[in-house]
Amino acid sequence: MAKYLLLKHYRGAPTAVNDVPMNQWEPEEVVAHVQYMRDFATRLEGTGEFVDSQALSEKGTFVRYDGEGRPPVTDGPFAETKDLIAGWMVIDVETYERALELAAELSAAPGAGGKPIHEWLELRPFLGASPTVTE
Amino acid sequence: MDEALLRTLTPAVIGVLVRRGADFASAEDAVQDALVEALRVWPDDQPRDPRGWLVTVAWRKFLDAARAETSRRHREVRVESEPAPGAGEAVDDTLQLYFRCAHPSLTPASAVALTLRAVGGLTTRQIARAYLVPEATMAQRISRAKRTVSGVRFDRPGDVATVLRVLYLVFNEGYSGDVDLAGEAIRLTRQLAARTHHEEVAGLLALMLLHHARRPARTGPDGRLVPLAEQDRGLWDTRLIAEGVDVLQAALARDRLGEFQAQAAVAALHADARSAEETDWVQIVEWYDELVRLTDNPVARLNRAVAVGEADGARAGLAALAELDPALPRYTAVAAYLHERDGDPVTAARLYGEAARSATSLPERDHLTREAARLNAKLRG
Repeated sequence: MAKYLLLKHYRGAPTAVNDVPMNQWEPEEVVAHVQYMRDFATRLEGTGEFVDSQALSEKGTFVRYDGEGRPPVTDGPFAETKDLIAGWMVIDVETYERALELAAELSAAPGAGGKPIHEWLELRPFLGASPTVTE
Repeated sequence: MDEALLRTLTPAVIGVLVRRGADFASAEDAVQDALVEALRVWPDDQPRDPRGWLVTVAWRKFLDAARAETSRRHREVRVESEPAPGAGEAVDDTLQLYFRCAHPSLTPASAVALTLRAVGGLTTRQIARAYLVPEATMAQRISRAKRTVSGVRFDRPGDVATVLRVLYLVFNEGYSGDVDLAGEAIRLTRQLAARTHHEEVAGLLALMLLHHARRPARTGPDGRLVPLAEQDRGLWDTRLIAEGVDVLQAALARDRLGEFQAQAAVAALHADARSAEETDWVQIVEWYDELVRLTDNPVARLNRAVAVGEADGARAGLAALAELDPALPRYTAVAAYLHERDGDPVTAARLYGEAARSATSLPERDHLTREAARLNAKLRG
């Protein structure tokens, strides 16, 4: 089994096919979207492939060290061009092909007009912690 | 409270229940319930016959569950057919359990989880922690696996090779959480080796013991990977090495070579060298030739190229490497190593950097990054 991170972007990813901001959907379309995500997670729990799923707030801040005793320099709110991560799901699957299949399915969540969003998700494999035996 | 004893008894008790007519999934559940009961009761009142106690309690749990689920008639048939109490079973059911848990109808991940639970006696929580997934996820994996094998009939012996693959997967997971999976895999393989005289079971046991013996030297105090040549051989566990070599020799003497014996032979040659320089690379190449003949495994060919590089020089190693597919895992890392030994640090540094980017584990990536940084610093200086 291998763990993968499915990253959902607010911005920074290529534009989705059905690219309408969520606040302009019909209310029932939002409900349907949330339900789709929830059903997806529940089904993966059932198949033993679910690890974690979290949504992130849009309010992010850049922080850096700026010398002893000085306040960190912050940079925000984000400029339009900056990448912003909306949330993630972590799955633990048998193969890379299975990870692709699930990512595609998640990307098909219904959006405006009840049609799939076709949004781009970033798929990243986890680096494991256990060293292999081969020397 | 002897938790190790409980874990050892688990497979035998499940086996008894299954032979008495319980379906596999219910038997496994009932035994887990009995284990919980044992943890509660035994500290105050340790039974004289722990196995008999577990069989009795697990059977009662099974009947309780059956009572709740099935019709009255059904239940009475089962109660009627209950054999006399006591644990005087002559047949060893544990072997059957190994085969069932590693059944080819299961995915590798499910087979591993089921083996750890039913043969190893670990709790779902322990297994989930070891694999860093939520307990609910692991519980689902296990119950699906149980359902899959529940209807499987066992009228002929299972496939030993599949069982060995599952045990080796467990071993290679290493350890995290509160269970040492490598130690657990060794325990289960020992148990299996005591029940069957298959040479490859002995081969795998020897391989695990020899790898495990080197574990204290394989990582530094900061968790960094220490390559074989740089390991402090004083940290190797000589008792495990001696045992591994004994087990291997007994297996080899039977003259039915298999891939695990061949791999163990390579490990034994490494363990046998008092320093990296004393390693018998010529013999190691011969064993890799056997391994390639037996399995035609590309990873074996890659390891062979490394051994050839040590036995006949970096040029010969690079020539052996050139025949392989560059897409193989670790191909680039091996190429980097051989180029450095061949006196080409520029190429080596570039390849180490490339290998680091495609590494699949954190310690490995860090190691390769350090190698690249080491060469680049030398090139600058």
